[in-house]
Amino acid sequence: MLWSIVRFAANGWISKLYIEPDFHFSYLGFEWVGPLGEWTYLLFIICGITSLFVALGFKYRISIIVFFLSFTYIELMDKTTYLNHYYFISILSFLMIFLPAHAYYSIDARRNKHLRSQEIPAWTIDSIKLLLGIVYFYAGLAKLNSDWLFEAMPLQIWLPSKYSIPLLGDLLQQTWAHYAFAWGGTLYDLSIPFLLLYKRTRIFAFMMVVIFHVLTRVLFPIGMFPYIMIGSVLIFFDAGLHNKILAKISEWLNISKSVFDNGKIYQFPKNWLRKASVGIVAVFFILQLLIPFRYLLYPGELFWTEEGYRFSWRVMLMEKAGYANFKVVNPENGQRFYVDNDQFLTEFQEKQMSFQPDFILEYAHYLEDHYQTQGIKDPEIYVESYVALNGRRSQPYVNPEVDLTEIKPSLKHRTWLLPFNDEIKGL
Amino acid sequence: MKKLTALLFTVLIVWGCTGNGPSGPDPDDFDREAILVNWADNIIVPAFTHFSETTDQLHTSAQEFASNPTEQNLVKLRTSWENAYLAFQHVSMFEMGEAMQLRFRDNLNIYPSDTSNINENITEGGYNLELPSQNSSQGFPALDYLLNGLGENDAEILASYTTDSNAENYRVYLTDLTERADNLANQVLENWTNGYRDEFVSNSGNGANSSLDMMVNDYIYYYEKHLRAGKVGIPAGVFSGSPLSSHVEAYYSEGLSKALFNEALTASINFFNGTHFDAEVNGQSLDDYLDYLNTMKDGADLTMLINDQFQTAQSRAENLDPDFAAQVETDNSLMLSTYDELQRNVVNMKVDMLQALSINVDYVDADGD
Repeated sequence: MLWSIVRFAANGWISKLYIEPDFHFSYLGFEWVGPLGEWTYLLFIICGITSLFVALGFKYRISIIVFFLSFTYIELMDKTTYLNHYYFISILSFLMIFLPAHAYYSIDARRNKHLRSQEIPAWTIDSIKLLLGIVYFYAGLAKLNSDWLFEAMPLQIWLPSKYSIPLLGDLLQQTWAHYAFAWGGTLYDLSIPFLLLYKRTRIFAFMMVVIFHVLTRVLFPIGMFPYIMIGSVLIFFDAGLHNKILAKISEWLNISKSVFDNGKIYQFPKNWLRKASVGIVAVFFILQLLIPFRYLLYPGELFWTEEGYRFSWRVMLMEKAGYANFKVVNPENGQRFYVDNDQFLTEFQEKQMSFQPDFILEYAHYLEDHYQTQGIKDPEIYVESYVALNGRRSQPYVNPEVDLTEIKPSLKHRTWLLPFNDEIKGL
Repeated sequence: MKKLTALLFTVLIVWGCTGNGPSGPDPDDFDREAILVNWADNIIVPAFTHFSETTDQLHTSAQEFASNPTEQNLVKLRTSWENAYLAFQHVSMFEMGEAMQLRFRDNLNIYPSDTSNINENITEGGYNLELPSQNSSQGFPALDYLLNGLGENDAEILASYTTDSNAENYRVYLTDLTERADNLANQVLENWTNGYRDEFVSNSGNGANSSLDMMVNDYIYYYEKHLRAGKVGIPAGVFSGSPLSSHVEAYYSEGLSKALFNEALTASINFFNGTHFDAEVNGQSLDDYLDYLNTMKDGADLTMLINDQFQTAQSRAENLDPDFAAQVETDNSLMLSTYDELQRNVVNMKVDMLQALSINVDYVDADGD
């Protein structure tokens, strides 16, 4: 995680994504979360340091809480940068707040004899396995749709453009390869949690994990995620392997590992805190199982309306691009003009805004505020927008007759979107 | 299986085990490098060669006029300026390599020009044209002002260079501007012919920094911001609510703006189709690439859609007044409808074409998932 933060900073992303833009897209209910100017750097530093502390097991409980809060705050600042794997880190770190990950081979455990335990209750490890299982399995379920399976979309768009990758470049030009990747990916996502659970298939499954994630790393710009997942699935292995790894590390660093091998089993303190923890973790998992299915509450095509798309492990499923041209009308004198999006948004924000309805609406409200300060008392904002989904020809997206300033952001079904002229079957 | 900390440890360890494969040439069903070769050898380098010839001529004419400011030499200089300005429309979109370093387009074609700063430069002297603050006081728009905007007629304009108390300074400023334009043109051309061409062509991999991705991004950016908005949309008041005739390209010439627009649109169409700069020969370009990709997915014929839309825009513009300033003042609706037709191809290219080519529109190279 520290690497992830360092990489973020090294790329100059902190300033590019959080400090330079005038305007940030917020999550519904989290409008109060915003960048802190130059202090944003401090936030990233805190996040980086606490991630190191968590890894070392130093002041674990407070570190993981601060890490969770700072990381989540960073993610909440601007939803333009939403990625499923950032969400994964957030909820994993939330879960880890309630787990005794510092009981063994950590600075805390070395200093505190009472904490030191060789074994921790099985459910704590199983909870992480369950979370990983959900991520994979739900990602697999989401692939069970006609675009992915029968059109090989969006892989058919993405793969041919990777023509200069050594060895694979030619293969990626073949239609059969696109289908093979699509079906293979689905099968992988759906089966890998189970293959990892059974001891007999575990080694094979781990090899698949490595191959799959290295391949995605080579093919797509997905940053740290493949490494995080490869590292994470090691949790499916039993203690023997981990002990071996730690023994090696101990050798290199000249640490005595035997101090920790005290045969004790970690005991949760028997008080209200423990009960609360168990309760929270249980509720957490119920929510994790339900949230991805919330799209069923909405009519219309999920990929088109994106109602319930986020936080649902729908990874690499859509190639969506759009263009949104905002028209400002002053009802007092009938004057009308178009907005130059460059003036308010970065290229990245503009791109993300142009095909996501909640972004379009939020931006329209921002424009309303802006032009009110420019002397238009009650500006009407309309948008002419086009969206292309998974290789289909672009079609009008938002109803251009609707004054967006009259629409309040909410979780209700968006009646101001035009219908999708096609059907994608499946989950 | 006892320690969750191992999890975070391993993340750190696994990092670095694998890297990006290096990109390199490979044989392929469709030769993307052929597009780059065609662009460089048959469009970009010939267009810059032609442009630098016209700026040489422009500077020579300006020197002749400065040493002998007659009406005849003024007319001759204007013709050289027009030729160079028209030639510029074929290179303006190639803001990459040396051109990007020099901020080529900003130095040659920011309009409207800053006439009060130009006047100050002339009376005070001591200007440094390389400063960004001087962008709008040089290049073709400033020359437009100096050649067409200093008086009501040629006699009045000539007076600035002959009888005016600052006449000497006017002549110096004029040749300073043509010299700088000529230098910029020659620098970029030299860069292309001395190494950058090979660099451009060999950077044939995929990814945000490949020649193909950068060029397509530059092309669409040019079409959207400089052609559609700059030449038509902004003067028509699309972004301001009311027409801004003074924001027309070559405003003082009163009649060159349409020719410049047509030239730029032709250059854009030729680039898309890979048409050679100096011959009616069709080489490899985006049209062929889109056709190739479409054989896999059997979708809409984007090449045809885009070319048809180019033609619609072209024919809509036919009825415009040669002077766009006059057009927006008399009948802006025709200008607006031309804008709408240009706009439709922004959607076709920026949404549909980029999706088909799987090229990202942004320069922020953030992760996806």
